[in-house]
Amino acid sequence: MAELLEKIKEKLSEANGFNGVVFTQNINYPMIEVPKERLLEVCTILRDEFQMEQLRDVVSVDRFTKNERFECIYNLYSLTHSTRMFIRVRLESKNPEVDSLWPVWQSSNWTEREAWDMMGIKFINHPDLRRMYMMEEYEYHPLRKDYPLMGLPGAVTLPKK
Amino acid sequence: MSLDLTKEEYIQETKDESHISMSQEKILRALESDDVRGHFEGTLDNQLILNMGPQHPATHGVLQLVVSLDGETVVGTIPVLGYLHRGYEKLAENMTFHEFIPHTDRLDYLSPLANNVGYVLAIEKLLKIEATERAQWIRTMCCEMARLASHLVWMGSMAMDVGALTVFLWTFTEREKILDILDILTGVRFTTSYTRIGGLALDMSDECKARLVAFLDQFIPKLENARNLIERNKIFINRCEGVGYISKEDAMSLGLTGPNLRAAGVGNDLRIDDPYLKYRELDFNVPTATESDVLARYYVRVREMYETVKLLRQCLQKLPEGPINTPDAKQVLPDKGEVYSKMEELIHDFMIVNFGNTPEKGVEAYQAIEAAKGELGFYAISDGKGYPFRLKIRSPSFTNLGALPTMMKGAMISDIVAIIGSIDPVMGEADK
Repeated sequence: MAELLEKIKEKLSEANGFNGVVFTQNINYPMIEVPKERLLEVCTILRDEFQMEQLRDVVSVDRFTKNERFECIYNLYSLTHSTRMFIRVRLESKNPEVDSLWPVWQSSNWTEREAWDMMGIKFINHPDLRRMYMMEEYEYHPLRKDYPLMGLPGAVTLPKK
Repeated sequence: MSLDLTKEEYIQETKDESHISMSQEKILRALESDDVRGHFEGTLDNQLILNMGPQHPATHGVLQLVVSLDGETVVGTIPVLGYLHRGYEKLAENMTFHEFIPHTDRLDYLSPLANNVGYVLAIEKLLKIEATERAQWIRTMCCEMARLASHLVWMGSMAMDVGALTVFLWTFTEREKILDILDILTGVRFTTSYTRIGGLALDMSDECKARLVAFLDQFIPKLENARNLIERNKIFINRCEGVGYISKEDAMSLGLTGPNLRAAGVGNDLRIDDPYLKYRELDFNVPTATESDVLARYYVRVREMYETVKLLRQCLQKLPEGPINTPDAKQVLPDKGEVYSKMEELIHDFMIVNFGNTPEKGVEAYQAIEAAKGELGFYAISDGKGYPFRLKIRSPSFTNLGALPTMMKGAMISDIVAIIGSIDPVMGEADK
């Protein structure tokens, strides 16, 4: 696992033109911070050259700060190396948008739909960006920190009698 | 409706007639695929939209499927989730770590013990504490008992989906015996809430151990009985073999985990590949199959039950004596007897109950366990307060259901229930 990480570090180093790719140790698994413009490229490299076959989850976070309020954390798993790895992208506060990973992993379809529904992060070039849990008429994104716990009165349109 | 209508005109017409909602319209649009679109020419070509659920006995809860049919063949499927959405991730951000434990019971309500263990392990990683030896062994047994209970429900309900009703009653009898053991172990049969951060609610009694041994001794013959009833049944085999195929590449790309992935020929099991608790010290095999159809998934789960029995026997042998709670007064709830008699313990109890455990600021932790359905993971982020800043639940049923449209392609209507049964979804977990 450490070997694999070294190889990835070498590949994604600044010498190869990957500026802004940072390796952190904040979590009990390796985590790579990637600028959102390079996300699709880095993920394709990880899948094709380092056998990260699965995207197991997309974690969306609302930091509730003025700049870079939203975050997407991608949970990758390599079946060949039995290794888990996380990728983090930071997104702007207004209209958070990031490239969809649909071309790389099919599982991003549902996990990204969930992130869109709950946190309102838009995924560019997603094949079917509908809401996952809430109804389409719903205007809000409930997991954002400014959404009240008890919900908003009148947010759900009930069917007429 | 005239057959000359295009899809666009059809949607418009249905919309005008029946006040179709925006969600329904979007589902219909998503069902449009290029290979069946356009005018229907031959007399036998006939596309039909069939709605299944959410109130349907064979969809294992409130799963809605909008299926597009060409004759009797499924062309496209749109699973619609969210009928059981309770917003647990939002709730978790507004309660202390301990208060969320009962809510984990309601995720995968067929194996609540495994959810308790998975959640508590994640929070312990966040707090950087570890449970004692005995607690870890008991937790390992909890995971395996939960797996057994869950697989028994799955076996019965899947056999029922394809028409064999008797197996359901037989496997439920066995599950009832496990629930009786859980009754002694945790105090309740169903919503256990058994684990605590840094330990367990109760110790495992000798009576519980004896009951478990007695159960394991008679379980395998009973399982064989149930297997004999269906495995040599021509109807069951014909309805399962070659149905719901998914290729290995698709299975990996779609993020399948657990028995569904292992039936596709990938021997991935977190108990071996990323060991947690005491699985390092236990000897067991991971059954796999390569056919990747409904029957293969059936055999993988059935063989897992044998491995689980093996694991439980080893755990019973190796279970050490000792305390069940970690001696960390700041993070672990003290014993109730001490709370009522000692000042120090009373203060700690008050602090933990009222303000919650306090991890360091900015720490994040991820812990996944191999639950009965696949990888159950909890991603917790702390901001130094007594409740999580963000808790993301990675539920296996959710991603497994994402593979349903791929498995469904080209199947017949009657295969739909068999395929859903083989995925083994629990909507409490998929909808969170």
